[in-house]
Amino acid sequence: MTKEVLLRTPLNEYENAKLEAGLKVLLSGKIYTARDAAHKRLVQLIKEGKSLPFDPRGQVIYYVGPTPEKPGGIIGSAGPTTSGRMDPYTPTLLDAGVKGTIGKGQRSREVIDAIIRNRAVYFAATGGAAVLIAKSIKSSKLIAYDDLGPEAIRELVIENFPCIVAIDSRGRNLYEEGVRKYQIP
Amino acid sequence: MREVDVSEITRVVKQLCVDANIHLDRDVVEKIEEFAEKEDSPVGKEILGQILANARMASEEQMPMCQDTGIAVVLIELGQDVHVSGGDLNKAINEGVRQGYRDGFLRKSLVDDPVFDRRNTQDNTPAVIHIEIVSGDSVKITLAPKGAGSENMSEIRMMKPADGIEGIKDFVVQRVSRSGGMPCPPIIVGVGIGGDFEQCAYLSKKALLRPLTVKNPDTRLSALEEELLLRINRLGIGPLGLGGRTTALAVQILTMPCHIASMPVAVNLQCHAQRHKTATI
Repeated sequence: MTKEVLLRTPLNEYENAKLEAGLKVLLSGKIYTARDAAHKRLVQLIKEGKSLPFDPRGQVIYYVGPTPEKPGGIIGSAGPTTSGRMDPYTPTLLDAGVKGTIGKGQRSREVIDAIIRNRAVYFAATGGAAVLIAKSIKSSKLIAYDDLGPEAIRELVIENFPCIVAIDSRGRNLYEEGVRKYQIP
Repeated sequence: MREVDVSEITRVVKQLCVDANIHLDRDVVEKIEEFAEKEDSPVGKEILGQILANARMASEEQMPMCQDTGIAVVLIELGQDVHVSGGDLNKAINEGVRQGYRDGFLRKSLVDDPVFDRRNTQDNTPAVIHIEIVSGDSVKITLAPKGAGSENMSEIRMMKPADGIEGIKDFVVQRVSRSGGMPCPPIIVGVGIGGDFEQCAYLSKKALLRPLTVKNPDTRLSALEEELLLRINRLGIGPLGLGGRTTALAVQILTMPCHIASMPVAVNLQCHAQRHKTATI
């Protein structure tokens, strides 16, 4: 990799504008975990005008359902899950102030539009690199939806979490650009 | 008649669940290393490096390589001269899965009812169990945990015999193309051809069990596998779908005789965390 930048949460539009698709980022600070079941509840709360378990403004949501931690451990293996399953909910969360999401795989047109509209960023983490990623997680606190088990919402403190800007705040999309670049007709 | 107590089966299944999820097989590691050397995309090379580092860390730390520790697929070759005693075989297998996922700190990823309730069963059971009766007096158990990311990208098509070999090639390549980064490439592409509807799907999964170091013994199928791999790696999907030369590590085909009017083709995609472990009792 040639370019690599250090980035700290919470994110803002100004910083996000500097992040271009293809850039490797080492992310630090607080992030929040959520998968489909938690997203459904968060979006319902927003629709009802109620407050969320965390203030979404400037925050980053990580799509992950970790394995259980061993006794004395912080977290189990914790790689990204498929982001597409969160697509129906993501625009609502971005409009509520979330500035970044981390997962794997392509996003829908609606999500990309919401990313551009809100100057947010979508980071790709390496699917399956779950132990490597867990190493960058320094603490984990369950903050909501304990009943969802691995899908509960956790507040993580991360240090140099490795990810790649997959869709930047202008809508440049590495899932399309990267594939076009290496395609052999 | 050889007696095998169900407790022995539980013990072996438990151990295989843990081992399969922690240790990536040597053949997969070596194949990823081989492709990483040739990868032109800097992002792709970085990702392949992360996958290899992750495999080392998982073994060292005794942690599952991927957080999706999968649905437990258990394939049993039961010798016809074996008498399983001391309890119910299916229960013993599920008990092994239960203990393995609990004591191995693996994720419980199953829901009880697929449509209405979708409540987590809390112990990763029931397993998907395939039992084949074979000759001999041993019990061969293979554990192949399967994550949803790649399994969800699989497909079966009842093709017409007239679709021919070109039809098969296009279907396999299009299936991979449409999957993009979803199945966590670099993938291994399991292809089943022939049989009937359910046999074909099973073939495509069994095809994935062949070690990456072993060529297809059928030279025509071996050539077809090579051709499909080349075509797939020209798609540009690359590691995790972010662009590159390494989309698949291998294509593996299994065939069976089929009806004169049928040509079922199934494609079962496997992520780079190609997990399977076998033990024989």
